[in-house]
Amino acid sequence: MKGEERSESLAVYFVLGVLLGIIFLKSEVASWFRIQEMFRFQAIHMYGVIGSAVAVGALSIALMKPLGTRTMRGESIAFPERAAVKPRTNHILGGTLFGLGWGLVGACPGPLYALLGSGLPIMLVALLGALGGAWVYGLLRPHLPH
Amino acid sequence: MPEVLTQPWPWYVAGPLIGLLVPFVYWYGGKKWGVSSTLQHMCAATVPGRIEYFQYDWWKKGAWQLAMAAGTVLGGFVGGRVLSAPDDAVAIAETTYADLAALGVTDFTGMVPSDVFAFESLLTLPGIVIILLGGFLVGFGARYANGCTSGHAISGLSNLQLSSLLAVVGFFLGGLISAHFLLPILLG
Repeated sequence: MKGEERSESLAVYFVLGVLLGIIFLKSEVASWFRIQEMFRFQAIHMYGVIGSAVAVGALSIALMKPLGTRTMRGESIAFPERAAVKPRTNHILGGTLFGLGWGLVGACPGPLYALLGSGLPIMLVALLGALGGAWVYGLLRPHLPH
Repeated sequence: MPEVLTQPWPWYVAGPLIGLLVPFVYWYGGKKWGVSSTLQHMCAATVPGRIEYFQYDWWKKGAWQLAMAAGTVLGGFVGGRVLSAPDDAVAIAETTYADLAALGVTDFTGMVPSDVFAFESLLTLPGIVIILLGGFLVGFGARYANGCTSGHAISGLSNLQLSSLLAVVGFFLGGLISAHFLLPILLG
């Protein structure tokens, strides 16, 4: 099959999501207890998960860039340009607000979806809160420092 | 069911698997993996109003991420209900257990403490702050920082982006404040 005849399938992304949800539950990344343990520096678990994920991701990108790896359709990959993603006010302010929420609810967006599926309907309230937060950010965006 | 699947997975299995998503998604679709954009897409799809931030073709831009999020919900069911018992206790450090017990947490089974994460808690100020305001800050902060744990801590740091490093510093700054100052007040 020629490269350009292939196209992305939402089913593949759905399956990736299923795998991710399984990993979040089985590695306890979705656990409020693990997040508290992380912010108290009392175990290596969460640092191990995030650190080894970054190591694999960074090594992959470090190989893909010089090798000129293309997408499966043969297009060149547009990795974010460092100049276009300069550190700005919004990264530290938004990051801190995100961290405040992460420490309270004990789940970032991916685990929120996974916890909902694991049979915790109360997480729907947290997810609605997150949607409300995204909406209010959109509303206030022109007035916030970036 | 093989025991290797039903036992908790160690970090050195889970982390590299998550990390592999980054090159796979770049190869498969030329895309940067991130989860919190789904919050923007869902707002754009439902209540965009006249807000500029929500005026775009959310399906074209975000269908792949929404499909992943839907998969993650199903994966949560498989991981939490099929490959684990829902009231398995997470083997956190003894010190964390003692600290949280001292704050008044009594139920250490499952992924979240049922002392707090219950619909009845929404009638109390600590419950509203932890569940609803916590969720609100996650959504607001992730969109303000233009990424969450996946987009910044994993995809962004993998690309050695200083902006992501700054965001991750913020994640920890906020998380430390919540874990060490806010939760003791709320649960105490």
